[in-house]
Amino acid sequence: MTLSADHVSWSAGGSDILKGVSLAVETGEFLGIIGPNGSGKTSLMSLLAGIRKPRSGAVLLDGTPIGELGRRTVAQRLAFVEQQADTGERITARQAVELGRTPYLGPLSPWSSQDDGIVDAALENVDMAHLAGRFWHTLSGGERQRLHIARALAQEPRILLLDEPTNHLDIGHQISLLDLVQRQDLTVVAALHDLNHAAMFCNRIAVMQGGRLVALGQPRDVLTEARIRDVFGVDVDIEQDSGGICHIRFLTRRSQGRTNVTRPASLSVMGA
Amino acid sequence: MSRTLTSIGRTGAAFAALAILLIALWLGAAIGETAIPFSTVAQTVANRLWNAGYPLEPIDEGIIWSYRLSRAVVAASCGAALALSGAVLQSLLRNPLADPYILGISAGASTGAVSIAILGFGAGMLTMPLGAFLGALIAFLLVSVLAVKAGRGTAAIILAGVAGSQLFNALTSFIVTKAATAEQARGIMFWLLGNLSGVRWPDAWLAVPAALVGLAVCLWHARALDAFTFGSEAAASLGISVRRTYLALVGVSAMMTAVMVSIVGSIGFVGLVIPHAARMLVGVRHGVLLPAAALIGAVFMIVADILSRTLIPGQVLPIGVITALVGAPAFALILGQRRARA
Repeated sequence: MTLSADHVSWSAGGSDILKGVSLAVETGEFLGIIGPNGSGKTSLMSLLAGIRKPRSGAVLLDGTPIGELGRRTVAQRLAFVEQQADTGERITARQAVELGRTPYLGPLSPWSSQDDGIVDAALENVDMAHLAGRFWHTLSGGERQRLHIARALAQEPRILLLDEPTNHLDIGHQISLLDLVQRQDLTVVAALHDLNHAAMFCNRIAVMQGGRLVALGQPRDVLTEARIRDVFGVDVDIEQDSGGICHIRFLTRRSQGRTNVTRPASLSVMGA
Repeated sequence: MSRTLTSIGRTGAAFAALAILLIALWLGAAIGETAIPFSTVAQTVANRLWNAGYPLEPIDEGIIWSYRLSRAVVAASCGAALALSGAVLQSLLRNPLADPYILGISAGASTGAVSIAILGFGAGMLTMPLGAFLGALIAFLLVSVLAVKAGRGTAAIILAGVAGSQLFNALTSFIVTKAATAEQARGIMFWLLGNLSGVRWPDAWLAVPAALVGLAVCLWHARALDAFTFGSEAAASLGISVRRTYLALVGVSAMMTAVMVSIVGSIGFVGLVIPHAARMLVGVRHGVLLPAAALIGAVFMIVADILSRTLIPGQVLPIGVITALVGAPAFALILGQRRARA
């Protein structure tokens, strides 16, 4: 089960969002994708998920261009959790998770007790079984995000793609969600905002800047003071603890004195 | 889901639905300006279908068979088709206010049908629905483009629908004023308000298959529609081919709307309100929701037709008036609910 991007480019509204990105996801790893807003993280995620087609280059799933595999085949191998997928429908928590069985069910195939078992296990896995009967709109952001993960798990994928899964969650929920994802015996690719979280949970980190992949490697090699200043336009101190995990401390402008506060041009590339 | 509905429960529900539909049709045939006993209705049907040979007044038999029953059957098909179209469009566009009437699909179908009828590109039994179908598709395309330009969103598509409806209604009026004789014009204006008066059996042979094919296609896509709960990208990541589903379901909605508009004119609010009623009763799962919406729509239209014939003695109200009188307040309620939730 391999997933890789081979020189993929993508553009929207006449501007290039991704410019020749290549990366190979290794089996079983937790790969984080970081970068400022508008650097192409979300676009890269949806190309990897096969939801959008690259303008040039190809995304390969098990060696086959993902566009040539049927949508259903793709959905059985890889599950994608979008940023903030929400609904106004009155569905229950359990029904939201049941959607994960869609790739295995045809128009005429009945729902089986096996499907029920898989849904139960997924709810149990994300610790939401006790809220299974609750309506979606009564649940908190953290609970909804857990259900999205459960839905993805019910797809029984081997690769899990997450686009900023911890957005709008409080810090406790952020950590427990990433912890939950890391516990799964799956290959995980996640676009992340928080650099410390990336350092804590990821085996490898890919850094996006202006639609290009500018670094890929282990957290301690990728997260350097110079690179973070260059890509994010902030000054940091980085320490490594005894376990080899990087801790990034952001420095306020006041603590830096008057020099060195002009932001690099990369931050003006916003939007998308 | 199927935990609550076993296969026995499902068969039972299907039989119950069929029974409710038959009772509604029966009422539609019995109630009217001259009330006809239910037994006479049954005997008429037996005479016509199985040559049972019950001795009946030819006038009663004629009224029941040629006039009221055909009308009730068309009303049922029409209600089912419009409710299905509404349910499908609401789920597909993730917009609780979507329905063929509000999105301008009905208006487009009217323009198409009127063009055929008056400008006469070989007006006939099948060309009018075909013209209506083309009109419906063009209207939906135009409204979609407008909505995307206006920035997607719930409000954008509704506003685009309003603009589209106005445009196509204006076109229809233009064509009618320009090309129709005074008598044609009067007939068309009456038909445009939604009218079951001229309906006979040949109309039913078009309306019933259209509704049944529509129901079958929609049910085939029930799971795909479920997958749209969190939007089209979520549906894609659940293994649904979004474009194919869109094409099939928008196509079948336009087809149903077009056939019904070409027979009874454009009837508002059924497609909007009935799916919400169905959701409240049976929940949001499309495997159950779609048949429920079809049934409720069918029964609602039969009842609306009975009311339109009996509310004012000696006068027949256009059925669109009845559906709007019920539907407009319901529309207001849905708007209010959305506001409360947002």
